[in-house]
Amino acid sequence: MSKSRRARNRIAQTTAFWLFRFATYAILAAATYIFLDIGIKGSRTLFNTQGPFINVPFFTQGPQTLFVFEYEGKKYTLSDREFRAWKAQHPVEVEATSVAYSAGGVWPCIVGTGLLVVGSMIFALAVGICSAIYLNEYSQNTRSIRLIRIAILNLAGVPSIVFGLFGFGLFVIFFHWNVSLLAGWFTLGLMILPAIITGSEESLRAVPNGLREGSLALGATKWQTIRKNVLPYAIPGILTSSILGIGRVAGETAPIMFTAAYALRDEMPWQVQHWTDFVFQGVMALPYHIYVVSSKIPQNEYTERMQYGAACILLLLVFAIALASIVLRERTRRRLSW
Amino acid sequence: MVVMEKEEIPHPAPPLKLQKPPEPEPRQPDMISVEDVDFSYSAHQVLYDVNLEIPSRAVTAFIGPSGCGKTTLLRCFNRMNDLIDGARITSGSIELDGYNINAPDVDVVDLRRRVGMVFQKSNPVPRSIYENVAYGLRVLGATKKSAINEAVEKSLRAAALWDEVKDRLDSSAYGLSGGQQQRLCIARALAVEPEVVLMDEPCSALDPIATAKVEELIYQLRENFTIVIVTHNMQQAGRCSNYTAFFYLGRLIEFGSTSKIFSNPSERKTEDYITGRFG
Ligand SMILES: Nc1ncnc2c1ncn2[C@@H]1O[C@H](COP(=O)(O)OP(=O)(O)OP(=O)(O)O)[C@@H](O)[C@H]1O
Ligand SMILES: [Mg+2]
Repeated sequence: MSKSRRARNRIAQTTAFWLFRFATYAILAAATYIFLDIGIKGSRTLFNTQGPFINVPFFTQGPQTLFVFEYEGKKYTLSDREFRAWKAQHPVEVEATSVAYSAGGVWPCIVGTGLLVVGSMIFALAVGICSAIYLNEYSQNTRSIRLIRIAILNLAGVPSIVFGLFGFGLFVIFFHWNVSLLAGWFTLGLMILPAIITGSEESLRAVPNGLREGSLALGATKWQTIRKNVLPYAIPGILTSSILGIGRVAGETAPIMFTAAYALRDEMPWQVQHWTDFVFQGVMALPYHIYVVSSKIPQNEYTERMQYGAACILLLLVFAIALASIVLRERTRRRLSW
Repeated sequence: MVVMEKEEIPHPAPPLKLQKPPEPEPRQPDMISVEDVDFSYSAHQVLYDVNLEIPSRAVTAFIGPSGCGKTTLLRCFNRMNDLIDGARITSGSIELDGYNINAPDVDVVDLRRRVGMVFQKSNPVPRSIYENVAYGLRVLGATKKSAINEAVEKSLRAAALWDEVKDRLDSSAYGLSGGQQQRLCIARALAVEPEVVLMDEPCSALDPIATAKVEELIYQLRENFTIVIVTHNMQQAGRCSNYTAFFYLGRLIEFGSTSKIFSNPSERKTEDYITGRFG
């Protein structure tokens, strides 16, 4: 009786162990597959086997149409610009197949995503840190404050497409900002605001109370205490929590597809007539570009290049920004550690 | 003439090189007067009907078993309890130099500048030694470098720390020993020139040598400041205070000159506590 129970226990034990182990390793396998797939296929676009080894046009040009044709038994794949130059030299009629977006590069998308990330993070951090300070340092635990906390919690769970529609309705239509950087900044910023507030509040809470009391007891005002004795020590934690926010802002398509992103735009963001137009222009953005080239154009063997190239760049960009904020955090932490 | 017989009390700390003042000292005018104070944390009443007159330019010690409300009363004097949700004085009043500190028109920031505090757990900020002391001056609006330098040196000297740190003012305060950190906190409190200094078990984390230094310091500070010190160490109260208040279960049981409380207490409970029969 007890022997069989022991055996049963052992079986349950082993099963549980393998189940958990399998689940953990499955995550690793999936992650490896995704990164390898995008990494390998993407680097075919990003790098060359000869020359400067880096596919410079991919980083410096906008998307162009790809022309594929045969001439005197040779197969040509030329971008829009190259094709026109070729035709100037060869005054003949050729039957060329055109594939939209599949030549050129993603430079305007990189710039657009960069602008969207910077603007929306500035907005989200400014508002988020202020409300975290209010909630954690000033407010008492009243009913309305509890209500606000619940609202923030719920806001974190709202799907990004809903934020997109909200931004479209409010900023694009109602404020007449049209499809613009400004509308994108506010939409993306609002989307990550709950995460920023929660993260900032946690970092503020982690600052020992003794530092606050020590400062107040010296006759410092509440604001002096927060500014000099609380905030500096919470900043590293706030930066850490905002790294996740940066990843989301850079990668989300839904919030910007109605508010800030153009499928194709020939001018770069700084080519505006008046500087006030800067914030009222739409931009190209990497995630939206990936969406367009993978689902809005007919697929063939020439389209994959752009899809994987753009995806790979997006990943690299997010890594780079995350790395930068980690470095920044370590710097501040080393300067002010307790 | 020394009334208190020191020999009866075993010394954990090395004997102090300070002369006991001639006793009884003339009692100075009252600095803080506590009248019929009841205090509650939310629904939990902690102080009952406390009446106390704390004389200026003297050291007053609060003693009593753990949880009897010493810290609570101390934190009432600079309104540190304002920071705790639901904590309040339910009746009675506390006056500093004749002014009710809980009156609506009192500026708390100003009050806390006049009533400094040293916490039980030393809490320097993670910056340089110099910045720790200069912080209080800066928040008061001092900007002149030379004036700040002077004040920093003066307060570090007053806290008997100057000689140990004068060559490393720019290194982190966290590199100091626990006793040095506590004296740094005292220096920081003195730098803003308060009238009253509240000390909540300032020596509880210190070794006997550091304790002796802090005690000597407290005793000297009495000449310029009004000092209230909470302690669990009977010898410490005996050595460095002029007056002693004994609390028990939220009530003030007895208050008087230290020599009287320690040699000839009028309450049975006080005697039991001091001789270590309970608590
Ligand atoms: N923030 C608080 N909220 C609620 N109750 C508290 C709080 N702080 C202290 N108390 C309660 O008030 C009573 C008195 O506490 P207090 O800290 O004043 O005691 P104490 O005499 O300083 O004790 P000790 O010698 O251990 O420091 C205790 O019963 C304690 O549980
Ligand atoms: Mg206490």
